[in-house]
Amino acid sequence: MNKGKTTMNWKETTWQGYGRQNGAAGIRNKVLVIYTVECASFVAQEVVRQTGRSNVEVVGFSGCTDNEYAVRLLIALIRHPNVGAVLSIGLGCEYVQPEWLSRIATEEGKPTRWFFIQNEGGTLPSVQKGLRCVDELCAALTHTPRVPMRFCDLVIGAECGGSDYTSGLAGNVVVGRLFDQLVDAGGTAIFEEIVEAVGLIDVLAARAATAEACQQLVDTYDKALDYCKSVRQYSVSPGNFTGGLSTIEEKSMGAIVKSGTKPIEGVVKVSQQPDHAGLWLLDSTPDPYWMQFGITNPNDNEGLMDLISAGCHLTFLVTGRGNVVGSAVAPVLKITGNHQTYTRMEGDMDFDASPMLTGHCSQDELTGQLAGLVCAVAAGQPSKSEALGHKEYFIPYKYQECIAQKRCAQQA
Amino acid sequence: MDEAIAFRIAQNDNVATALCPIEPGTVRLTGADGLPAVQALESIPMGHKLALRDIAANEPIVKYGVTIGQATQPITTGSWVHLHCMKSNYDERSSHLDPVTGAPQDIRYE
Repeated sequence: MNKGKTTMNWKETTWQGYGRQNGAAGIRNKVLVIYTVECASFVAQEVVRQTGRSNVEVVGFSGCTDNEYAVRLLIALIRHPNVGAVLSIGLGCEYVQPEWLSRIATEEGKPTRWFFIQNEGGTLPSVQKGLRCVDELCAALTHTPRVPMRFCDLVIGAECGGSDYTSGLAGNVVVGRLFDQLVDAGGTAIFEEIVEAVGLIDVLAARAATAEACQQLVDTYDKALDYCKSVRQYSVSPGNFTGGLSTIEEKSMGAIVKSGTKPIEGVVKVSQQPDHAGLWLLDSTPDPYWMQFGITNPNDNEGLMDLISAGCHLTFLVTGRGNVVGSAVAPVLKITGNHQTYTRMEGDMDFDASPMLTGHCSQDELTGQLAGLVCAVAAGQPSKSEALGHKEYFIPYKYQECIAQKRCAQQA
Repeated sequence: MDEAIAFRIAQNDNVATALCPIEPGTVRLTGADGLPAVQALESIPMGHKLALRDIAANEPIVKYGVTIGQATQPITTGSWVHLHCMKSNYDERSSHLDPVTGAPQDIRYE
């Protein structure tokens, strides 16, 4: 069962976050261990495993070449407010430069170390060095200033995965309600999965906050639809049909519900952060010409990583059928509208939105309960996946131009 | 949950979603206000859609207050609405899937 009271003071409620040099505040204070090629991943994973500290976690890019999209994503994670310190580990012959990543951390005022495994003399000396670095970084993090945070300081992302018929009726509905309240409180909400907005461009465009936002939404939608047409595959699967969804339009509407009802301020691309508060769409579809270079949503953790790269302090994963994943860098709250899924996987599911369907609880009451959970997790309570040690990440090769506003910028 | 319940999202929806497996008989509606109940004509699996009124061939299927596809044949009030009687306006491939299992029928593994 969900816990807590059903109302929330959206403007006044505060908790203690971690202050960063750029003025942002984080809800976690993590040491991020980054490997810059697959060849360095074992050492990085081993450092994190042996240190045994829950605030030390690993991400990395497997490619030897410096795919711009992947490097931008690593940099966005270094700058993320939940990250307090960075250790970059390279093998020594890859294109991606650990020293340059550490320099970004230094510019952000975050304690950092880096080294090459080849220079340290291989696996064992590198792991020992990594462990010493992590100890030093953790000691430095004890000096991170604590600052008050409110909902207006929060950035929350949402995606769905393992959807069933309840996702559009309950799970995504409660997320949409919460996003409406968050935006009213001055906070920032980001939703994604434009490939699951097929047939709904009029619905989205009607909610654009500005003419420029409208153009961005139309461009992003057209690109995603071209993508689906070119591969003759839409983001809907046999399991979705068996579960009762009949068309991509139906699945899409269920997915769009999680964006709530507020005006859409614009589109951000992966690793780009919104420049003001409000509701935003994240575009994770590869850009044209390079369509073949990476697929749009290879798995749920890629989607979560994209949201986190856009600055989300925490994310919602709405899953009717159930999922177990968490994420590096930002806590994941898993929400289901399917009561059977909730009871079967209670150790993994953070929130049960099903009482809304049976009429046992109003949408407003459930939204209040979810806000209470957000507040507790923002203040430090581990989410279910954090408590279990889930820290998945996924950084693929992909091609995306830096910003979504290209056509608008040309017009201006 | 012994009682058959279906959920209608928006007032102008012409389908509702079964919250439990439905057998022929009376189905109570929750969600948007309006219709109190409808008579199911056939078995409808949980999560699948039930027609709330007669729908003509080529007429839009409306859920969430928006068009989610169109009828490929006349649909009678109380019947099951899925791939066998409706299709996407975008996704050609899904109209060839098996209505019960959702499995593709346009490809063979050889």
